[in-house]
Amino acid sequence: MAFHSVGALLNEAAHMPLWEAVLADDCRDRGVERAESLERMGALWRAMVRSAAEYDPARRSASGLSGGQAAKMAGAGETLCGPYMQKVMETALRVAEQNACMGRIVAAPTAGASGVLPAVLLPLQDRLGLGQEEMVRCLYVAAGFGQVIASRASISGAEGGCQAEIGSASGMAAAALVHAMGGTPGQMADACALALQNMLGLVCDPVAGLVEEPCVKRNVTGAVNAMACADMALAGVASAIPCDEVIDAMAAVGRAMPAALRETGEGGLAATSTGRKIAQRSSGPAR
Amino acid sequence: MNIFDVMGPVMVGPSSSHTAGAVRIGLVARRLLGEQPVRADILLHGSFAATGAGHGTDRAIVAGLLGMHTDDAAIPASLRLAKERGMDVNVHAGELQNAHPNTALLTITGAGGRTIAVSASSLGGGRIRVNAIDGLEAAFSGELPTLIIRNEDRPGILSEITRVLSEENANIATVQLYRDRRGGLAVTVIECDGPLEPALRREISALDGVVRCTYLNMEED
Repeated sequence: MAFHSVGALLNEAAHMPLWEAVLADDCRDRGVERAESLERMGALWRAMVRSAAEYDPARRSASGLSGGQAAKMAGAGETLCGPYMQKVMETALRVAEQNACMGRIVAAPTAGASGVLPAVLLPLQDRLGLGQEEMVRCLYVAAGFGQVIASRASISGAEGGCQAEIGSASGMAAAALVHAMGGTPGQMADACALALQNMLGLVCDPVAGLVEEPCVKRNVTGAVNAMACADMALAGVASAIPCDEVIDAMAAVGRAMPAALRETGEGGLAATSTGRKIAQRSSGPAR
Repeated sequence: MNIFDVMGPVMVGPSSSHTAGAVRIGLVARRLLGEQPVRADILLHGSFAATGAGHGTDRAIVAGLLGMHTDDAAIPASLRLAKERGMDVNVHAGELQNAHPNTALLTITGAGGRTIAVSASSLGGGRIRVNAIDGLEAAFSGELPTLIIRNEDRPGILSEITRVLSEENANIATVQLYRDRRGGLAVTVIECDGPLEPALRREISALDGVVRCTYLNMEED
């Protein structure tokens, strides 16, 4: 029985760590042994590490819109955000560009948002010296919240706009960060709720309909938002609206969004004069 | 939806719906045909048509038809590989009635001349739904071992099929029945919790009134 509410997830987490509740539920839901589930999640973690490591700054996307940005971020001198956040931003760009250039990534929850979780988790692993086992637990926490978002709202930009992709990834990442920092399940729910609130209404307006502009850079925003919201939740700054209700609001906003703003490449940035010019160069069903 | 629908798959980018989902659509169609097609007509509808080129949707579907999975690093090179392996590919835009925005209609022909038409949609996160086979409605994801049975629409046939399954202790997750008209041809789609033995599939194929029984298990190669 998969989780359909954060409330149910928190109830289960009253008896055991939240990641453990998600793992136990997966074993029941799919009828698999604990070791099998852990191995599958472990493989996803290793693939996430690889997606950042395999980044080639010389590689460009089919449209020419993406590539080389992570190297610029890494090479920047002193940044306003400081060296740690710079690393988070660079990692988000690495994985998102890897994705845009038809490289291998882990959809989390989607390919367009694949940079968010590695961006916040890889630097944290270095900083806290965490082992793979702990990182896999973070992924269970993220997946537990993601499952509720997918069931009550959506994780598809075509259905719910970018809030459903970068927004969902940011909410999942915020909850995972709270876990890694030793926060409570309630704080995880708060962090997720806050991250989703901040992304509410975000439209999916990819230029030329491609997962490149602004998607690659929104991975940075999703990661930075997750960090800020995890810090807020850990400091006791709660969400006034419970996480489940925020997710329901996100579903309602998604339904109210016109099709032009849901991954059709016809609204928002895609509809600007420059956006249209780029689209003319690269559109069509096939190459 | 289980947690690995939310987390994963490991895939070649750029889009879980337009690339990974498209690979799975191609792969499901290949499995339904039961062989590598020699000819593939690929109609892309909606967002698939508008943005297919930039997302590599065309290359992704062809990669699936070639038997590749979503994480195969050779996906970007699939059009060239199809040519090398003698698959004639035609990709074009088109309009489908009441279809999900990310839908493709694949008309594929095997070496022996058998042709099937598979309509499938990409739902996000790499998940897909097959909508119709040869114009007959059918809704399944391919995530569970699935039987797609073409049968005559007559009383009792479903109970005979389920009898075979229960005798082999196969647990049914979902059952769906579709037909074009009363007494005509029907499609029975049965999703099961575990893999099904070849002997069981042969027994169902041999039932009176069963025209064809196709088995789909995306976990097996």
